[in-house]
Amino acid sequence: MSIFVADEIAMNFGGIRAVEGVSFAVEPGEVFSIIGPNGAGKTTIFNMISRIYTPSAGRMMFDGADITNVPPHTIASLGIARTFQNIELFANASLLQNLLIGRHCHSKVGLLAQLGFTAAVRDAEIAHREKAEEVIEFLGVQRYRDQMIANLPYGVRKVVELGRALCIEPRLLLLDEPSSGLNVEETEEMGHWIGDIRRDLGVTIIMVEHDMKLVHMVSDRVMALASGRILALGTSSEVQNDPEVIRAYIGGAPA
Amino acid sequence: MIAPFKVSYRQDLLLAKTPAAKASYAVLLVALAVIPLVMGEFYVGELGGLFIFAIAGVGLMLLTGYTGLVSLGHAAFLGIGAYAHAIMLAQGLPFLISLPLAGVITAAFGVAIGVPTLRMSGLYLAISTLAFGSIIGTVLQKWDALTGGFDGFPVRTPTILGWKIQGAIGTYYTSLIVLVLVIWLALNILRAPLGRAMVAIRDSEISAQSMGINLAVTKSIAFGVSAGITGLAGGLYAHYVRHLAPDSFDILLSIQLVTIVFIGGLGSIHGAIFGAVFMRLLPQAIAMVRDDLPFGLGRTPGLEPSLFGLILVLVIMFEPGGINGRWMKLKHWCKSFPLHRRAASRRQKSYAKSERLR
Repeated sequence: MSIFVADEIAMNFGGIRAVEGVSFAVEPGEVFSIIGPNGAGKTTIFNMISRIYTPSAGRMMFDGADITNVPPHTIASLGIARTFQNIELFANASLLQNLLIGRHCHSKVGLLAQLGFTAAVRDAEIAHREKAEEVIEFLGVQRYRDQMIANLPYGVRKVVELGRALCIEPRLLLLDEPSSGLNVEETEEMGHWIGDIRRDLGVTIIMVEHDMKLVHMVSDRVMALASGRILALGTSSEVQNDPEVIRAYIGGAPA
Repeated sequence: MIAPFKVSYRQDLLLAKTPAAKASYAVLLVALAVIPLVMGEFYVGELGGLFIFAIAGVGLMLLTGYTGLVSLGHAAFLGIGAYAHAIMLAQGLPFLISLPLAGVITAAFGVAIGVPTLRMSGLYLAISTLAFGSIIGTVLQKWDALTGGFDGFPVRTPTILGWKIQGAIGTYYTSLIVLVLVIWLALNILRAPLGRAMVAIRDSEISAQSMGINLAVTKSIAFGVSAGITGLAGGLYAHYVRHLAPDSFDILLSIQLVTIVFIGGLGSIHGAIFGAVFMRLLPQAIAMVRDDLPFGLGRTPGLEPSLFGLILVLVIMFEPGGINGRWMKLKHWCKSFPLHRRAASRRQKSYAKSERLR
């Protein structure tokens, strides 16, 4: 059974149709990439899945349950995590605190217990810390543990954002342009992280990406979008050689 | 100073992380406890007032410094706390019930004002809290039957377990105890999930939401806790002024509270205390030099508020970390003494965050 299904989803902003009748299904354990020129509606789809936008039409199913209308803050506890195109970390908090915020959806202590910082709260905090440390070790960012995000280089921040999403312990991970702003080596490293996350943690990944090398390296299937519609859907090589896709990217005489 | 070697995660959750910190806070507490025995009544009274403002500062710091919500109406919470406490005392309720209850009542008001303003942020939130403040001010003036109108009413002297809380010394000790308690509460919040959620909202609402943080609930709680703590300060303030009148809780007081958190340094509990110290010392300093100023400047009306305004602007422009930021830099300078590099304390260039999704 598909872990995520989008059924004819559409998004209109006033008269602008950002996404029109897009349907796709993501299988458990695969890396599913979305490519397309600027304004194709890739990030809009992400914002619909993470429920920042409510689709104008269509339905979205995650793990067999309808998530088209759930409140945005419940998405994380359902098991969907995301990163952002322009890094949305908590800049005035340490790396460790950022990862611990990723644990928020797993915290179940009451307000009064927190005010008194009871033993139960303390033990829960230590358990969260252990999880966060696992992620720190997985990504190898130990030496930045107590540093403010604002003082970290861009490449490290990109990895931290990935780590924060992993702290949610997601079953579906949405990566919005994981390679943007990274140099060639960092991009390749990102490709390895993505491979590791899929293989070692068994997380299904939907990724929006422009870097075709990275897309080719990690994706099982690729969906090409242009002007809010699906152009092609298939393996990376199939999509890259699709005449419609080539026309959308490079231009050319209409067929 | 040598930090102890970290051997367990529990160590990072302690409030005083090094033996040196533990010792210095203990010394501070003992010193504060014996001050009334050695200092004159005037100074003890002023220090008591300082503690009250520090409590309110901690309350506002949780909201403004940690959750990123600016409130220009916090004097109203101080007023609600003061009136609620004084009225309950007048009805014969004991102090130990009336003061916490005043905090709870004010917290309820905080949640009530928090809920409709949840969709606002920045300037809009500041303006709506300003309006709230002036509404409460008017209610305190007009609701004669409850508040005594313009004239107000004298605050009853309470007793705790047979000990009369009166005069400067009584206010000093009760305020000190409440301040310590409030700081402990604030630090607990900050090391628990709630505090992290607040910081997350301050830094990026959009990703806070994606991390599973319920923005509406967390903001209401932040408003409630902040108002509740400010309400406690209000209850103590009633004893400090001894006679409640509505004009004590005007916009100027709100701005003083905002000044405390900005000058002290946003995002630190130390900052709230530093800010309160500064806030209470400046008028004394002005009073001392008032007569020696040239051109009759010392007699100019409004000298104090304009000085506060000027200092606030200068701090925001040149030291966004406030007094606490200066203090941290000084500590860093001492630690790395001969090797200090200017760049270490230079402000980072930051790139504008995308506001599209706010």
